[in-house]
Amino acid sequence: MTAENGISRRAALVKLGVFLNGIVGVALAVPIVRYLLSPVIRGKKIGYESWLSLGRLEQFPSGQTRLATYKNPVVNAWDGETGNIACWVRNLDDQKFQVFAINCAHLGCPVRWFAQSNLFMCPCHGGAYYQDGSRASGPPERGLFEYHYKIEGGQLLIKAGEMPTPGQPVASKAGGKPTCA
Amino acid sequence: MRLIQKLGEWLDLRLQLGAPIRETAEHPVPRETASWFYVFGSAALTCFMLQIVTGILLALIYVPSAGEAWNSLQTLNHGVSLGWFIRALHGWGSNFMVAIVLIHMVQVFLFGAYKFPRELTWIVGVLLLLVTLGMAFTGQVLRFDQDAYWGLGIGASIASRVPVIGPWAVNLMLGGPIIAGATLSRFFALHVFVIPGLLIAFVGLHLLMVLKLGINEWPMPGRIVRRATYMQEYQELTHKQGVPFVPNAVWKDILFSGFILLSIAVCAVHFGPFGPGGQPDPTIIQTAPRPDFFFLWLYALLSFLPPSAETPILLIGPAIGILVLLALPFVAGEGEKSWKRRPIAVLTILLIAVALGTLTHLAEHTPWSPVMDAWSSQPIPAEYLLGRTAVERHGALVFQAKQCHNCHSLHDKGGQRGPALDRVALSLTEDQLIRQVIQGGGNMPAYGKNLSPAEATALVAFLKTLHPANQRPAGNASQAMALGASEVPPR
Repeated sequence: MTAENGISRRAALVKLGVFLNGIVGVALAVPIVRYLLSPVIRGKKIGYESWLSLGRLEQFPSGQTRLATYKNPVVNAWDGETGNIACWVRNLDDQKFQVFAINCAHLGCPVRWFAQSNLFMCPCHGGAYYQDGSRASGPPERGLFEYHYKIEGGQLLIKAGEMPTPGQPVASKAGGKPTCA
Repeated sequence: MRLIQKLGEWLDLRLQLGAPIRETAEHPVPRETASWFYVFGSAALTCFMLQIVTGILLALIYVPSAGEAWNSLQTLNHGVSLGWFIRALHGWGSNFMVAIVLIHMVQVFLFGAYKFPRELTWIVGVLLLLVTLGMAFTGQVLRFDQDAYWGLGIGASIASRVPVIGPWAVNLMLGGPIIAGATLSRFFALHVFVIPGLLIAFVGLHLLMVLKLGINEWPMPGRIVRRATYMQEYQELTHKQGVPFVPNAVWKDILFSGFILLSIAVCAVHFGPFGPGGQPDPTIIQTAPRPDFFFLWLYALLSFLPPSAETPILLIGPAIGILVLLALPFVAGEGEKSWKRRPIAVLTILLIAVALGTLTHLAEHTPWSPVMDAWSSQPIPAEYLLGRTAVERHGALVFQAKQCHNCHSLHDKGGQRGPALDRVALSLTEDQLIRQVIQGGGNMPAYGKNLSPAEATALVAFLKTLHPANQRPAGNASQAMALGASEVPPR
């Protein structure tokens, strides 16, 4: 066996080794990427968005807007209080309701209801909304996010499970009137 | 003594590190760089080492779980002896680190140190700035309180505006559909493993290049950097008139680092740890979330951008900023280094400093936010009620009850979102006041649906009294003329 042959054989073995590691690397990368993307892929699982009760209708007097809370449908034991979400329920006439997300349509801060002036105000950048959720003033580009609701057995139910953001505005995805001013 | 020497020799025979360390320590540097202007890089490194030590100490107690993090911070503050001090050191160390990295960057920029052949050193420096800010933001999240919770909401809202992949980006950032345990866990992994790993790698590269290429010489007006000749000139500068780094230059680094550590400790003892604020319970909505100091300018910017420009500026602005920083050494890789001959560079620094300073100052006062409790906590000044009619006083009541005070100040009390109303009757006539109240506009909500005719009348009657006693309120001259002398505006 000549020296030249020896070198080329070893070089070929190095190449083989690199190739083998490349294959294994790719084979490992696929599950790793899948694992990292699990919050995105998992999104379409059943139960992700479900109908949740906000309580009995009597809790929401006619013509008033009240704070309600619910437990997110998908929670882990270690989520603590972060699994509890608040929302604003407006009872128009005991038949029609509006359920607004707590998150300002600008950057998601919690809006507060002022019954006296019939306005929602945001403490962060000063967004303001009218009682029907439409934009009144400030930096928001649109009105408050609205949840779908239905009434069943004297309970007010909403379809929830995801934090509304300007890019993914929960319920106003389907149906409902556009809330932009 | 002899034993220690023996031990040293035994180790060095095996490690063989003595000679390279001595060589590195005594490498020649240009004489003028043994200066107090050249101490910020080492001070930033000192801060980083303090952060590693205090960070590990905190990790002994901290629980990265959404359900327990806040409680474990309380335990650190109150249940573990001197836990509060370690938290304070870590918090203040973070602030000092960001500040010193920024000062270091300004110094390096003004001294032209990014020019040939130190382009890559600058680029790694820009990456170091980004990961340092990344540490500051993720650290703020680990202090899992109300501000952290809603700060994540703001981050998610910004991420959601990215075209096409926005909703995925939100889920990826939060680790699920809402801010919860998975969110904190991934920010913990970022803050404790991923970003520190990057930081250590970048610091290593940065230092290696500083050693290999030599520290930037003191810029002299007229000494021009040229690719063809620079290396030769620098060689002469260091080897003919250079001084050894240890001890000629290093004593200033050591003294300054010690001074910085002492300052951090003094701040930690005097001001104590940062928070945690209220519990991260999203159903407690009586909160006004604010970012930490170094992100306040962004907070202010977000409330001043016009809604239509916000998304593009928010998404494209940072990318452009980073690209400009990365491109700088390639655009201006040669030429003058001295700030005395680079007026645009000096003006740029001043402009950025004034802009960031102003925005930060504004964010500390948040004039754009309604003062949520002004309507119930700030009374109408007494002299605005003295000698007024019943209708006007009823109007003052409406002013409070309808939360006008949350956005409009009287005697500097109340919100500053809308204009102060102490002299509003001088600039708006009765008709204009009615129109403004009923229809809103100019960033004010319309109150037409929320005021009864009687309330609107009373409110406007009150607003009409808001003018200095010796100045006539605004009136409509043509209207007075048309309606005759009987309708002269009241005094």
